[in-house]
Amino acid sequence: MNAPGVIQVADRLATRDLAIGYGKVAIGENINVSVRPGQILCLLGPNGCGKTTLFRTMLGLLAPLRGGVELNGQPLKALSRPEIARQIAYVPQAHAPHFPYQVLDIVLMGRAARLGLFARPGERDRVAAYSALKRLGIEQLAFRDYSRLSGGQRQLVLIARALAQETPFIILDEPTASLDFGNQAVVLGEIRKLFRNKDKREVQVDLQIDASSAQGIILSTHDPDQAFLLGADVALMKDGAMVKAGPVAETLTSELLSHVYGVSIKVEETSSGRRTCSFNLQE
Amino acid sequence: MSELDHDMHITEGETQKSGTGLFSLLKDSIGSISLTVLLMGLVVLLSLFALMIGPFQLSFVDVVQTLLGQGSSAAETVIFNIRLPRIFAALMVGAALAAAGASYQALFRNPLVSPDILGVSAGAGLGAVLGIFLSLPVFAIQFFAFAGGMAAVLLVGLIAAVIRNADQTLVLVLTGVVIGSLAGAATSLLKVLADPYDQLPAITFWLLGSLASVTKSDLLPLLPLVIAGFVPLILLRWRVNVLSLGDDEARSLGVNVVFVRGLVIIAATLVTASVTALAGVIGWVGLVIPHIARMLVGPEFVKLLPVSVLIGAGYLLMVDTLARTISVAEVPLGILTAVIGAPFFIWLLARGGRGWS
Repeated sequence: MNAPGVIQVADRLATRDLAIGYGKVAIGENINVSVRPGQILCLLGPNGCGKTTLFRTMLGLLAPLRGGVELNGQPLKALSRPEIARQIAYVPQAHAPHFPYQVLDIVLMGRAARLGLFARPGERDRVAAYSALKRLGIEQLAFRDYSRLSGGQRQLVLIARALAQETPFIILDEPTASLDFGNQAVVLGEIRKLFRNKDKREVQVDLQIDASSAQGIILSTHDPDQAFLLGADVALMKDGAMVKAGPVAETLTSELLSHVYGVSIKVEETSSGRRTCSFNLQE
Repeated sequence: MSELDHDMHITEGETQKSGTGLFSLLKDSIGSISLTVLLMGLVVLLSLFALMIGPFQLSFVDVVQTLLGQGSSAAETVIFNIRLPRIFAALMVGAALAAAGASYQALFRNPLVSPDILGVSAGAGLGAVLGIFLSLPVFAIQFFAFAGGMAAVLLVGLIAAVIRNADQTLVLVLTGVVIGSLAGAATSLLKVLADPYDQLPAITFWLLGSLASVTKSDLLPLLPLVIAGFVPLILLRWRVNVLSLGDDEARSLGVNVVFVRGLVIIAATLVTASVTALAGVIGWVGLVIPHIARMLVGPEFVKLLPVSVLIGAGYLLMVDTLARTISVAEVPLGILTAVIGAPFFIWLLARGGRGWS
């Protein structure tokens, strides 16, 4: 009986005829993307096509030039900072922090939107932070110095912080951009696992889909192969415009990828049946 | 007996259930609490020691007896009218500067920031020098210093609000530098115009900081202002951590950055302007002390704030006790804090390590 109500709490995050940019200059126009809880959306496009600007606008960090962002049917600008942060978590690119916080302290900061202005994290918040680390299998890092971790570990910690935020939506800005090959695989694997966990639970119990188990994920990446690996839905961007959005098989074709990136790109199927794409070096 | 057993049993069970991770977190915070208690004890001991020494030497027993109301009348005069107000002032000034420094360093994400980053010292200096130049009474000079410090930071805040740049932090810091040097220029002008035999020495002495002439009546009006500044810092101490991640990240975590940062700046400015009005311009404390505290307990502000406050209080008391005892004439505090602070800071730089990024 409760299930429909719970699902309605987290409906979707969508943009409507959105124009994005700084000042008065539009970087992108007529952008329509949407993500539901339980969906992975992969945002692909060349450098400078407006991915980060789009994310900042969808997080309410940047005002839209035209159009708007809707969160569960409500305009984003009508919501307060904590209200937005209880719905959308943001995972920035792993960065070197200015101060050597402990990993658990970093993850605990994900609880800020659930705490009063003068409050400090309590036992419940500590448990949430710790179980977020555990879910990613990095609880042994809890008391380590965040500033001394590797790039891949830092990225996982920031994802853990987003999980501790317990939001129906997570936006990840190029989570694999600055990572070496092995760490890319680790981080991507964890993102896929989060998604799969949800799938399993949905099959087992179709009641009580709580926010933490059915998240809508939007991530940007440089690498189209990652969209194949994740089996994600894809939104292809070029010069601030949405070229095509839809399931990976329809969007990531040789023609569209070549058009978007401006070089000859070929999508092929490997002997194991996995799709992958590669570019030819121009003469 | 059975009750005790029962309790122990429950404790053991809970420890196991919560896992080793949460248990060591508990141990960690116990560590920082016991350090805080240890530092409190040290500050009390230092204060007792500072009560003993001076031109009129008192033994430890004398001091304790006098504090308990059973000393000689001479000892009572020395302790209650002269040494206690000055010791209290030193503790307050050190605590305030260290707290403001720690707050600003977190806020501006820079371990090299000191409390005068937004021009509070320069503004307070200009206010006090103007007061001395106009031959105003001590109380008015203090008020001018306080008002000057607050006005400088208010001006910086207003200018930064008008310049709607993406990087507010940078705009604030740069505007602070500009307003600070402008106030410095005005101060220099007043020094040129001041009476070189009467006003100029007073100006110079004030700008180097001193607690030599502090009395109970100077302290009392400033105490509520310092407390009013400390209250928001204490209440917001966890949220300051989130601000130190940077504007975008803090906002995406649900923090109203402009509001919380504004509140912290007002609070830190209030305590700095108040103690600068009392003691003059004292550099280095707000820069070096938070570093030492961060080396001891890490950057987490809930742990950092009390440890900074205690070390700052103890440090300035030590320096002030030196200032009034190492020579016949009073040594200005600003000179001593620089002489001690500068080499120490170079050592910190060379050492690197925990507390730095």
